[in-house]
This record gives sequence, C-alpha cells and structure tokens, in this order.
Amino acid sequence: MSVPLIMFIVFIAITLGITYWAARQTQGSTAFFAANRQITGWQNGVAVAGDYMSAASFLGIAGIIAFSGYDGFMYSVGWLVAYLTVLLIVAEPLRNAGKYTMADVLAYRLSARPVRSMAALSTLTVSTFYMIAQMVGAGGLVALLLKDSGISYEYAVIGVGVLMIVYVVFGGMLATTWVQIIKAILLMSGTIFLSLLVLGHWGFDLGKFFDAITTVPVVDAKTKITTATNFLQPGLLYKPPYGPLDLISLGLALVFGTAGLPHILVRFYTVPDAKTARTSVVWAMALIGAFYIMTTFLGFGAATIVTPAVIAVNGGSNMSAPLLAKALGGDVFFAFISAIAFATILAVVAGLTISASTSFAHDFWTNVIHGGKERSKDEEVRVARYAALGVGAVAILLALALRTANVAFLVGLAFAVAASANLPVILFSLFWKRFNTTGAVAGIATGLAASLILILLSPSLMGIDTAATAANARHLIQATAIFPLNNPGIVSIPLGFLGAFLGTILSKEPSAEAKFTELSVRANTGLGAEV
Amino acid sequence: MAQIGARREPEPGDLTPAVGAATDISPLGRTQPKPAHEQTADEDTDVAAWDQVAAMAEFRALIAAKIRFILPATIFFIIYYFALPVLVGYAPDLMKTRILGPVNLAYLFALSEFFMAWILAYIYLRRASRFDEMAKTIIGKLNLKRGGK
Repeated sequence: MSVPLIMFIVFIAITLGITYWAARQTQGSTAFFAANRQITGWQNGVAVAGDYMSAASFLGIAGIIAFSGYDGFMYSVGWLVAYLTVLLIVAEPLRNAGKYTMADVLAYRLSARPVRSMAALSTLTVSTFYMIAQMVGAGGLVALLLKDSGISYEYAVIGVGVLMIVYVVFGGMLATTWVQIIKAILLMSGTIFLSLLVLGHWGFDLGKFFDAITTVPVVDAKTKITTATNFLQPGLLYKPPYGPLDLISLGLALVFGTAGLPHILVRFYTVPDAKTARTSVVWAMALIGAFYIMTTFLGFGAATIVTPAVIAVNGGSNMSAPLLAKALGGDVFFAFISAIAFATILAVVAGLTISASTSFAHDFWTNVIHGGKERSKDEEVRVARYAALGVGAVAILLALALRTANVAFLVGLAFAVAASANLPVILFSLFWKRFNTTGAVAGIATGLAASLILILLSPSLMGIDTAATAANARHLIQATAIFPLNNPGIVSIPLGFLGAFLGTILSKEPSAEAKFTELSVRANTGLGAEV
Repeated sequence: MAQIGARREPEPGDLTPAVGAATDISPLGRTQPKPAHEQTADEDTDVAAWDQVAAMAEFRALIAAKIRFILPATIFFIIYYFALPVLVGYAPDLMKTRILGPVNLAYLFALSEFFMAWILAYIYLRRASRFDEMAKTIIGKLNLKRGGK
C-alpha cells in the first residue's frame, strides 16, 4: 500500500467519524422537522454552500480551468450569480409557504397526483445526472490513488458506485445539515491552504503568477510542439462558430438551474422563517463566492505548476486539484485533499439518492401506479431500494461511458435539466394565478424531454472519432452531432416555459386559480407557516 | 441494518429510517397524517380569511413594494451577468484588452460579477427588512381583528 492511500483511508475514517459523531449530537428525539428548525442563518448558509460545492466545483472547475483557462472560470461566475435567482425569487416564498420540495409547491394548489408524479420523475432525472458526475470524479480519484496497484478506472467506478449504493440502501450516512457544515469547512480550509501554496510557489507575487498564466505550455496533440498559450484569454474552449452560443446556453442553465435543484430547495425548509432563509442565502453566497474566486488559484495553479500535459497522463482534467496538491504539499496533503473530495462526493451522492428514490417510491409508485395506497406492507420501502439501485446502476454505466468528460461539464447538464423542467413550473405556480395542473405536467414533460433529447444529440455524446482516438475517449454515438451545442439550456429552458404556458392556456382549472390568493398571502407574509 | 446516528424516534408506521438516511421527503409507508409541508390548500388550516388579507391596502402595498425592488434588481443582474458571455463570445478582441499588466478586461469583468452579486445581495438584505416590517404589520392587524370578535 502506498503512503497516500493509507493517509487517504485514515482521513476518510476521521471525516466519517466526525460526521457520525455530529449527526448523533444533533439528532434529538424530537421529530426531524422541528429539530431542524433550530438551524440558524449562518449554519444553514454553510450547509447550503456544502451541498453546492460538490465534486463538480472542486475537481471539475479546477480541471476545466487547468485545461481551457479563462473559459472554465465562467462556471465559477455562473454558479455564484445563480444564487441571486434563489435569493430574490425562490427562497423566501418557499419558506413562507412552508413547502419542502418542488412537489409540495406544485401540489399545493394543483391536482396532487399528476404533479407529484411528474416532479418525482424530474427529481430522479436531475439526481441521476448529478450522480454521474460525482461517480466520474470518485472513480478518477480512486484510480489515481490506486495507480500503482494496477486497478483500472472501470473497476474503480464500479467499486465506488457499488459502495455508495450499499451505503444508501442499507443504512447510510446522514446527509444532514451538520454533515454538510463540516464538509464545507474542510473543503474551504483545504482550498484556502492550497491557494496559499500556489501563491507561495510564485513568491506571493500576483504579477508573477498572472505572467505565468499568460504563458502556459500547451502541447499540440498532432504536431507534439509545445507553445506558450495565454490562459487568461477567452475562447480556448468555446470556439466559434457555436462556442459563443454554447457559453450563453451554459450561463442560462447555471443561473436558472440552481433554483430548481431538489437538494438546494429543501435547505430552506430547515430554518425558522423567511428572514433566516434570506440570511442563509447571503451567507452561502459569501462562502461560495470566496470559494469560486479561489478556483482561480486552483485551476490556473494546476495549469502553470503541474501543466496540462502532465495532468492529462495522470488521470485527466478532473484530477487537476489533487495533482496540484501533490506537487505543492506532498503525499500527505494530496491524501488530505483527495479524502475531502471523496467525502464531499459521498455526502452529495447519499443525499441525492435518498431524495430521488424516496420521492420516486412515494410520489410516483404509490400515487400513480397504486392510486395512493400501498398494496402491501413495506412495499414503498422496497420500491425505494430498487429505485436507489436503479439510479446507481444507471449512473455507474453512464460514468463508465463518460469517463473522460469533465465533472463540471456533466453537472452543468444536470443544471440544464433542472432549469428546463423545474424552474418554469416553480415560478409559474408561485406567481401566475392562471397556472394549472395541465400546465405543470406539460411544462415538466417538455423541459425534461427537450433537455434529454438535446443532450443525446449534442457533440458530447455524438461524434465521429478517428481510428487513432483512444478507446476510452470515443463518443457514445458514432455519427455527426445533430444539435451543435454541448449545453441544451438556450433551447430547452424556453421550451420548458413554453410547455407550461401552452398547457395552462389550453385548459381551465378554476379550483387552482381560486387557491392562488391563499398561496400568495402565505408566500408573501409567512402567515400560518410553522415556526 | 442499524442506521448510523439514528437517535430520533420515528413515527409509528414510518419506515423511512429503515430504508436509508433521514429525509422527510414523503416519509415512506407512513400511516400518520401528512406533515404540514405536504398538505394542499384544501387540507391545511385556514388561519385567516385569505381574500380579505389579499384585499388589504397594506398587503397590496407590500406586493407593490416587493415588485418595485425585485423586478428591476432581477432584470439588472440578468443583463449584467449575460453581458459577460455575450461580450466574451462576440467581442473577444475587446475583452482581450490588457488592463492591469497581463490581466485583461475579460478576467476583470468576470471578477466584477462576484462583487456585483455580493453587493446586490447586501442591498436586498437591507431592503428586505422593510418587507418584513410590512408583513408584520399585516399579521398584527389580523390578530387585532380576531381579538375584537
């Protein structure tokens, strides 16, 4: 066993031990709801940040910046600005109305069964996309740690995936607020320390650092000639003719997707009131913003100090941050950073799988297939387990196929699905009196179908590879891409809105309209919300 | 299998803790009444006459005040944010202009987005305390009315 591997296992054990202890400390005998109402603004803010800063942020953005420079930084910008949508439009009405999930919001004044089942499907899809990204990240990490033992990426992904599913299906880690808080603090301190090491490498001279960024050595794939490339320049990744449009599409997905993410929405139910919800978003924004500014040091640091050519042969773009840690802090720091990233992935995957599988079992299976009644005792529990297995299996298979894809890019797709399927119906149900059940079902269905189909037809899945392309870097579908953009947001988000709009105006539902006043008063004043 | 950290007592018939970690999204196999967040408008307790509240001048003033701030703020941040990818994509030469040594306009603009988000959030935080006051006044008035009955 190598030194980093032993250190990694020790760090993982310590992290899990702390989370286990914290979870026990904070789980009172009172019901889950009431217990969590004691979460203060800053605590919830840190938890939101913890939930949000997944493997995508840490591994993915660092990698995309390390390989494509400035264009990767656009992820950081979009993911922070997204919180303005959450802050200004979604968080407070949701808390005031006392709603926990998107399904709760929709079912409040619409017909519960159809909207709950659609919401469950959409939650399942978004969670699966999110999971794929986490699995790719985790597989890459483990493969890098076990490099000397000859274990391939495939086995690493399958092993990690099975481990995670077992974890969730039989018992599992509590993705509670405190788990996320501890994780966020570890991730932040690791990132700060790594940033300081990067700055230290350049003698704490920002001028020197930025000079180095303008002359990153890039090896041409064909000619093998190394040229100094300015990584501060936009356009290295998003090249014409479709690059600029793709960048806008990505921006739309990021800015409007966050407010539709199931695991972020539930965070605003854990605080006492709308005011605390608001404060917690601002706390989260402070932390997330600081973290994303530091991706400059992580990403550009990896580009200048480790260099893309070296990263490419040592695990690929997703491993930029761990490799940077290894180069600057040695094996121990490398193990520490890897352990944090891995714990991050575990926490996020556990939370996602649980929410997706339970909402599938309850909202979709029992409500739709069985008309609201369980056929036999424990049936829902069984269905939830199968759903967790299913989500896990799909995520593993896709993670194997997408192994060379950047993690941040993959999560960007989850955001596009959330922005297309979830955000339109959340907004309409909160702010549009006329909105009704048909509109909600049509909106989610259109948004889901449009984003999924466009992702399938995009250049990231479709393309013709030359014979020289490595087997693991080949496109899933060997044909010219039909849709030119990698992120479907710019088309699928408007389609989601259009579906919800047309569905609404083509049908009438007076009972839904009648209940709008109640929702509006509750959402704006917090009248009648549980405290 | 024993659940990690499960010290809370589940509702009888709620099998959620057995299936995985704590989540209160649609507790599984529940026989108890729905939790408040799952109730629909027909099921929850009407603590006030909603139409009356909606007709109150104070309520309408609150909605108007919120729209007056939130709508322009939203339009502003959307324009400011999308100016970045649009300029980067369609005016790359302008954005490559070096401003501070090697640091170009594109990077500074991207950095300014962070401060834009923070400042706007701070302004909203201050402004929203006024909305809280207005909501409190409305709720206060309702209690007064109810007490008088």
